Amino acid sequence: MTEELFKKMAQSVLDGDSDAAAALAKQAVESGIDPLEAINNGFVAGVNKVGENFACGDAFLPELVMAGEAMKAAVAALEPEMKKRGTQRKMLGKVVLATVEGDIHEIGKSLVGTMLSASGFEVFDLGVDVPAAKIIAKVQEVDANLVGLSALLTTTMVKQKEVIDELDKLGLRKKVKVMVGGAPVTRDWVQKIEADGTSEDAIGAVGLAKQLVDAA
Amino acid sequence: MSKKIKSITNPKLRLEILTPAEVKKIHDATLWIIEKVGVRFPSKRALEIWAAHGAEVDTGKMVVRAKAELIEKALKSCPPVYPLAARDPQQDLPLDGNHVFVGTDGCGVEVIDIRSGVRRTSCLQDVADISRIADATEEVAFHWVPVSAQDMPPETRGLHEIQTIWKNSTKHVQTESIYNEREAQAAIEMAALIVGGKDKLRKRPVLSLMQCSAPPLGHDGGSLEAALVAAEYGLPTGFMTMAANLTTGPATLAGNLAVGNAEVIAGTALIQLAFPGAPVFYAAAQTASDLRSGAYTGGGPEDFLYGAATNVLADFYNIPLSMGSFATGAKEPNWQAGVDNSLSTFMASVVMSDMLLGIGFLHGSRIWSYAEMMMDCEIFSIIHKMMQGIAVDEESLALDTIAAVGPGGNFLSQKHTLKHMRDLFLPQFMDRRPYSEWETKKDDGRDWALAKARKTLETHQPEPLDSQINAEMAKIITSLEKK
Repeated sequence: MTEELFKKMAQSVLDGDSDAAAALAKQAVESGIDPLEAINNGFVAGVNKVGENFACGDAFLPELVMAGEAMKAAVAALEPEMKKRGTQRKMLGKVVLATVEGDIHEIGKSLVGTMLSASGFEVFDLGVDVPAAKIIAKVQEVDANLVGLSALLTTTMVKQKEVIDELDKLGLRKKVKVMVGGAPVTRDWVQKIEADGTSEDAIGAVGLAKQLVDAA
Repeated sequence: MSKKIKSITNPKLRLEILTPAEVKKIHDATLWIIEKVGVRFPSKRALEIWAAHGAEVDTGKMVVRAKAELIEKALKSCPPVYPLAARDPQQDLPLDGNHVFVGTDGCGVEVIDIRSGVRRTSCLQDVADISRIADATEEVAFHWVPVSAQDMPPETRGLHEIQTIWKNSTKHVQTESIYNEREAQAAIEMAALIVGGKDKLRKRPVLSLMQCSAPPLGHDGGSLEAALVAAEYGLPTGFMTMAANLTTGPATLAGNLAVGNAEVIAGTALIQLAFPGAPVFYAAAQTASDLRSGAYTGGGPEDFLYGAATNVLADFYNIPLSMGSFATGAKEPNWQAGVDNSLSTFMASVVMSDMLLGIGFLHGSRIWSYAEMMMDCEIFSIIHKMMQGIAVDEESLALDTIAAVGPGGNFLSQKHTLKHMRDLFLPQFMDRRPYSEWETKKDDGRDWALAKARKTLETHQPEPLDSQINAEMAKIITSLEKK
C-alpha cells in the first residue's frame, strides 16, 4: 500500500505534475506516513529518475525544471507535518541567490535556483537588482554557506566583485563560497575577482555547488 | 582607400515565409498580449507617458496594458524611410527597404588577439582595432560597439566606446551599449559635435541607439530612458527582442514571434507617443534555447526562420529592421560557423532586412575573432552575389558567342568571356587550389582571413577625427567620471 503510494509520488515528479505531487503529499500525511520517508522513498526517487533520463539524453531541461517544481510543491505540503514532528530534511547547504544591483536579468539565476533546490539545497532567492548590502545581510541572517551572483552586463558584473570584497571585509570568505554566473562571466573574471567558481549553465551550477560545499 | 559600401539592392530572389493572413494573426495576437497580459515598463517616465495617453498602468508591478487602438494609432507616426548618417556623408545609409547593410556584432567580452592568437578579456584598444579594420572593409556598412571596453570605468564605458569608433572610422555608429539617460545625454552631445549642433542631428543622425528588451514581455528602465532621450533629438532608436523558445518565450515559433513582437511594438509605440514621428527601427535576434542546458544557441533552423519572418513583421509596421544574423554558437571558425552564418544571413537577406548584425563573433556573440570577421564578410559577399539572381537577356544568353564556339570548342578566348568574366564571383577564403598545394601548405581560409585582417590593421589609415572635436568629446566623458 505504502509502496504503491511511493511509486505514485515518484511518478508525479517524473510527470512534472505539481498538483498531483502536493495531493500525494497530503495523502501521505493523512495516512500517518513519516514525511521524511515520503520525500526520500517517494519524491526523491522521481527526481533521481529524471536526472538519470536527462544524463542519458532522454529528458530535456523543461522536464528537469518541472520535476524540480513538483518536488518543491510536495515538500511544501509536507512541511507543516515535519514541523509538528520536529523533524527536518537534511539539506546539502544554504544558498543565497541574486542578480546584482543595476541588473534586471532574471532567468538564468532563477533556473539555477530551481535546479539547486531540486538537488537538495535550501535556496534563498533575493530576485533582481539586489544591492550588495542586502545580499550580505541575508547571508548573515540565514547563515548561508554559498552565494550565487548573476549579471548579464559587463557594467553590472563589477558588482559581483563588490559582494566578494564585502564578504572579505567581514571575514566571511572562508565560510561562504561564492559562485558567479551570466553571459559575460569568463574564467579570467572569476580569477580576477577571486570568486570560487562559475558554470555556463544551470546543470553545471549544481555540480559546482556540491563541489564547493564538500570542499568547505 | 575606397569609401565604397557593399549592400544588397534590387534583389531578384524572393521568399514568402508568412502569408499576409499569418502576419495578421501574429499582429492580432500581439495586440491581445499588450492589452490583456501587458508589458513591463520599469521607468517612471515611461509609465507617465503611457498613463497620459490613457493606457492602463499598474504602477506597483510597472506593467502597462494598452488597447489595440492606442498602439495602432501610435505606430502610424513611425517614419518608414530615413537615413543613418555617417561622419563621411558619402557613407550615409538609406533605410528605404531596398538595401541590406551589414554591421559588426556587439557586446563581446573576449577577443582572440590578432597578433598572439590568445583569447583574452576585451578592452578599448580592441574597439579601436576592430573599427579600423571595419572602416576599410566594404562589406561593413556600419558599426555596433563590437566588444566591451572593460578597461574603462563602467559609468562612461559606452561613451569611450563610441568616441573610439568615431576616431577610427567614418561610418555610422549604432550603439547597443548605452542604456541609461545620463550616458545617452552625453552621447548626444558627442554626436552633435560631429554634425555641428544638436539641431542638426535630426537630419544627420550619425549615431543610433539600440536597446535590448527584457523578455518575456519586459523592458529595462535605463534602456527605455536612454531611448526616449535619443528620440527627443531625432536619433534613430530601436528595441531588440531576443525572445528564446523554451526559456523567455513559448516552445512554438509563432508564440515566440508574438512575445517578441509585443515587446518591440509596445516599446516602439511608447517612443511614438512621446515623440511622434521620431525615427524608430525594429530589432530582433530571436533564437531557441538549447534543449539540454537552456543556453543561448546562436544558430539552428529556428534562428534562420526568425531571420526571415521578422522582416515581414517590420514591413507590416512599415519600419526598418535591424536583424541579428551571423553570430554563430561555434567555438572557433569551423563548419558550424559556416552553416550558421550562411543560412542565418541568407534568410535575413532574402527578405531584405535593412540592417544585419553579427559579423566577427564566436560562441554566441561572446568571443571576437578577426578571422571570423573576414569570413563573415565573404559570406555576405556570396549572398550579395546570389541576390542578384540570374539576368536573362540577349547579352546574357550570348547566342552569337555560342554559335562562334560551336560544338566541342571552348569559351576562354571569346570577347564576350573577357567582357563578362569579372561578373563571376572570386572568393578570397575558399580553397580552390590543387590538392597537392594544400597538402604541402596545410593552410586554409581561416589563415588567409586572419592575414587579411592583420594587413588591414597595419596599413589602413582612417580619416582622422578633427582634433578639436576629439578633445571636446574627451571633456564630455571626463565630466561624467567619478573623481
